[in-house]
Amino acid sequence: MTEPRVTPLIECRHLWKSFGDTVVLENLNLTVAEGEFVTMVGASGCGKTTFLRMLLGVEQPTAGQLELGGEPLPGEPRSDRGIVFQRYSVFPHLTVLGNALLPMEFQQAPLSGRLFGAQRRRAKERAMAMLERVGLVGSAHQYPAALSGGMQQRLSIAQSLVKQPRILLLDEPFGALDPGIRNDMQELTLDLWQREKLTVFMVTHDIEEGFKVGTRLLVFDKLRQDPHAPEAYGATITYDLPIDRRSGADEAMATPDSPGPEAGA
Amino acid sequence: MRRLINRRPGRVLGTFLTALPFAVLVTIYVMASNARLAANPDDKLLPSFASFWDAIVRMGFEPSKRTGEYLLWVDTLASLERLGLGVAMAAAIALILGLTLGLFPYARTTFAPLVKALSLIPPLSVLPILFITFGLGQTAKIALILFGITPFITRDLQQRIEELPEEQMIKAQTLGANSWQLLTRVALPQALPRLIEGVRLGLGPAWLFLIAGEAIAGEEGLGYRIFLVRRYLAMDVILPYVAWITLIAFSFDFTLRQLRVWLFSWSLTRD
Repeated sequence: MTEPRVTPLIECRHLWKSFGDTVVLENLNLTVAEGEFVTMVGASGCGKTTFLRMLLGVEQPTAGQLELGGEPLPGEPRSDRGIVFQRYSVFPHLTVLGNALLPMEFQQAPLSGRLFGAQRRRAKERAMAMLERVGLVGSAHQYPAALSGGMQQRLSIAQSLVKQPRILLLDEPFGALDPGIRNDMQELTLDLWQREKLTVFMVTHDIEEGFKVGTRLLVFDKLRQDPHAPEAYGATITYDLPIDRRSGADEAMATPDSPGPEAGA
Repeated sequence: MRRLINRRPGRVLGTFLTALPFAVLVTIYVMASNARLAANPDDKLLPSFASFWDAIVRMGFEPSKRTGEYLLWVDTLASLERLGLGVAMAAAIALILGLTLGLFPYARTTFAPLVKALSLIPPLSVLPILFITFGLGQTAKIALILFGITPFITRDLQQRIEELPEEQMIKAQTLGANSWQLLTRVALPQALPRLIEGVRLGLGPAWLFLIAGEAIAGEEGLGYRIFLVRRYLAMDVILPYVAWITLIAFSFDFTLRQLRVWLFSWSLTRD
């Protein structure tokens, strides 16, 4: 497990979230240090995705504090928190390279949203380097529709990492992939997590995956149940397990630069 | 025996089957026309193909005795100018409005109900108002096309933008996009293929409004000519004009479809 720093990166104190009369999360307390790889599991509807959306800034807490680096978390998505969804995670109207260039174009060209000349050349070099890291250089000029599901997810991760976010949020990113490809993707994610010194929050419905990739596993469940009013009580973190994995460096060594055998599939 | 829904004609048979109804229609027409002309050589209702040809040569390749103009081309040019201006302006307004309404909740709350209300007004019912306001000339006819097709293309585009997956919009924000960049780099490119489809669908009603406008008042135009020669039962002019309008409409539709394939190939393989 990575050595946590002093200031927590994410801190929740007595966090509640409800939609109308339905309580989704209740009294959630959590402190996450920089560099952790937090996996979140639980039954469907237990609020793990709601919690991820709160970290993203799409949902606001009903009560309690949610802080990022000691400050209240901004109430809309920002570039310090990257996201990879299970579906629709890349832009269908842009090529692979176009997708990877997009974050830099957003940053450097507020009005035109496009780069030209030397600026574009530099951005392109960086985009290609990132695509290289996830093994998509050969598909740079293809549109996402021509890519497999695993390649689309790799592109989505690469696209987010171009922004060098402090936190990477993963919402069941490999849920729709074949087992073999899912394995490669897990290796790739671990590799990138270490190289880019990321803090990762990953929602998964696969508890095995949760144990395999995380340094810390959170289980979301309801402590109280009212059979007559199932929406009266929300879920919270019922287990918070540090995972004593063998040092992740071994795995990073196992896949030095290769993104996995799926490249060019 | 395979089910009927699973049986398909081959290539040769398919071509034959496609051509068949057209051939039948032409044959019936020729037979009926011959029968009527045999009974009365001056019959105007079902002219022979020879008189169609005469009418085409007269309208298209000989100067008019009264004005010295080549009427078919004068009419075509006048109609296409109105149609082109009307449809182009409608597309531009619909694109801007549709993007704005689709993307910004404040704009949607303020203006979407108004656009919906406007789209429910039967356009032809406001034609008298347009004639009173803009006079009988070019403006009223273009305004009718605009009024007739802008609201529905706008609503179609708005819907397309609202249907964009929330994931895409959130992702773009985490990649640092501001609202303007979301509009120009995420929403606009994905709205353009739909705009082409909207214009293709809108061209049908646009022709209707054009011909209706020209029929009521005008000095030239394809619709004007048809309704003018109707007084003399000049079927030999009307039918070639109708065929000519159909051909133009088909070529527009074909061109727009090709344009989409050519410019937005990515949009053909979605899902």
